[in-house]
Amino acid sequence: MRNTVIKVENLGKQYRLGDIGTGTISHDLNRWWARVRGKEDPFLKLGEVNDRTQKGISDFVWALKDVSFDVNQGDVLGIIGKNGAGKSTLLKILSRTTSPTTGSYKVKGRIASLLEVGTGFHPELSGRENIFLNGAILGMTKSEIKSKFDEIVDFSGVERYIDTPVKRYSSGMYVRLAFAVAAHLEPEILIVDEVLAVGDQEFQDKCLGKMKDVSQQGRTVLFVSHNIGAVKNLCNKGLYLRNGTMADIGSVETVLQSYSMDMEKKFLSKDLTTREDRKGDGSILVKNIEIVNGFGQQTDTLNAGDKFSLKINTAKIKNFNNDHFYAALIIRDGFGDRLTTISSDFSKTKISLKDENEITFDIEKCPFSTGVYSVSVLLWSEANIIDDLENAFSFKVIENDYYGNGVSQGANIDRFFMDYKCYAK
Amino acid sequence: MSNSEEWDLIVKPKSSWFEFNFKEIWRYRDLLFMFVKRDIVSTYKQTILGPLWFFIQPILTALTFTIIFGNIANLSTDDKPKFLFYLAGTTCWNYFADCLNSTSGTFINNAGIFGKVYFPRLISPLSVVISSVLKFLIQFMLFIAVFVLMYFNDANLQPNKLMLFIPFLVLLMGIMGLGLGIIVSSFTTKYRDLRFLISFGIQLFMYITPVILPLSQFKGLMKKVVMANPMTPIIETFKAAFLGVPKDYAINGLFYTTAFTIVVFCLAILIFNKVEKSFMDTV
Repeated sequence: MRNTVIKVENLGKQYRLGDIGTGTISHDLNRWWARVRGKEDPFLKLGEVNDRTQKGISDFVWALKDVSFDVNQGDVLGIIGKNGAGKSTLLKILSRTTSPTTGSYKVKGRIASLLEVGTGFHPELSGRENIFLNGAILGMTKSEIKSKFDEIVDFSGVERYIDTPVKRYSSGMYVRLAFAVAAHLEPEILIVDEVLAVGDQEFQDKCLGKMKDVSQQGRTVLFVSHNIGAVKNLCNKGLYLRNGTMADIGSVETVLQSYSMDMEKKFLSKDLTTREDRKGDGSILVKNIEIVNGFGQQTDTLNAGDKFSLKINTAKIKNFNNDHFYAALIIRDGFGDRLTTISSDFSKTKISLKDENEITFDIEKCPFSTGVYSVSVLLWSEANIIDDLENAFSFKVIENDYYGNGVSQGANIDRFFMDYKCYAK
Repeated sequence: MSNSEEWDLIVKPKSSWFEFNFKEIWRYRDLLFMFVKRDIVSTYKQTILGPLWFFIQPILTALTFTIIFGNIANLSTDDKPKFLFYLAGTTCWNYFADCLNSTSGTFINNAGIFGKVYFPRLISPLSVVISSVLKFLIQFMLFIAVFVLMYFNDANLQPNKLMLFIPFLVLLMGIMGLGLGIIVSSFTTKYRDLRFLISFGIQLFMYITPVILPLSQFKGLMKKVVMANPMTPIIETFKAAFLGVPKDYAINGLFYTTAFTIVVFCLAILIFNKVEKSFMDTV
């Protein structure tokens, strides 16, 4: 059996909302008075589940509550969840930049995180001096840095500028140097927060590559990401946080499944005519969007490679100074990443205004792989936007038999398919 | 089975009140050194005179004091050479003020680093104090040079064995500055009001310390206030050691200052430990 290197028990973190200022002293005094009398902190009882979208009653929220899990040596744990689910809070606590309100955790080995790339770089100091400074901040000793110095400079590719103050560096060089230091830290446990990996594609690839190296060397990685593909690829364990609590933990496949099931619920079909959150001048209303499959049946479930049609039904509410308009559908994946747009404008289709219009988009082969997809709709004329409705409709793709040969392709890793011809000589 | 295992790190929400994790600070000694180097090196980057500024600053200050307070206002310097008298005062005072001023910004100025990576937070104020000590040593050498020059020109100077106290004085000032600075810094994370107070607070503090006026010139209530100031015995002893000003008070006062420093420092560590755990949420 492998060693447990991180053991988290009932971890919780409470934050106070709003401004700190007037009233803080009275809260502090209240707390102190309660402690003196040996009573529970009066504000710890307050606080509610962290749901960003709903207005709460209390000024205190639990960004993280009752989180317990173990991480074994060599595990690559993917931490997923919507924005505000507590992922970064968890990482902050684990990297010791803030302390938990309740609970505890134990760690074996040195923790380092790639979220602190470039921390403590001093603009006036040269690249060389900053390598030593930054390395020391990240917890390396001077001799360690010395022994890796040439490697770091090599990796960064800024050798020529190594004695120039970093304030003269281009931002790219700056990041490269910073990352080179972090990459040579060789910690037992590595924390990677993707949100903060702001560099270009090359830099992100380097981050991911470094993560792979680390995990192949039997070290432990905690990885926060919205990129389900990356999590699927790199991780063997998953932790799904929802509103600060643990929704699921286990193998990465099962956790991702429960995550996307939650995402599906969000897209349950709604009656579009009652939707209030639409924008535009409202002279035409999108009544309904539907998918019709190759057999003429209405559905919300497709297989990759299926022929299908997306249909928009609209009703005229009032006249406006034009006799035609345009329609577009924007397709996003379950995590809100925009994938593609289909538009009557692209295809030069003229939609003449009638009391009721039906606009149909025929798609020869569904290119998407397994997952949930949301469709937003936009109607406009030359003058202005008529109707704009986010997440108007959603559909599922459940089977990856794109080429129709009875074999499911891509093992749920690929995100889309395309037609191709293959030749061999 | 996990009970028998050894953990490198256990983190709990509440820790004991007084913990001074010296082992951890020792492990990060290279960082301490790097911070000191950064402070010293970066201060005078892109200047022509570079480290010469370490000398220019106290000389100019002492010169200004000599002209304004010594010659124009004609304040007493106990019949000692005016320039040396003021140089002694400002060298000591600047060192203390430097320690206090720069440690009082610990949490606010380092919020960016502290928020992203862990290292013992105490490293930060410690490094600032060590760079202040280095700066003081350089300026102290300047003072010695001026002193020797004047001594051999038959000025009214009586250097004596109180000089043995100098290292102790330096230590006292450093620790007191560190302690007070940490306390201020801990409170400013939540209540920024203190930040406005501290800069002119230090200036006011100087006027109730015998930096410009010798202790003998304070009378009545002012004298009591100045005597209650823990910095007074330090400055007085320093001046007594080199210049030979009246010294009966100075030595007894050092006991008071030492006790004060110990209390302040313990209190500071106590508060610091409380604040460093959660300051990222309030800063």
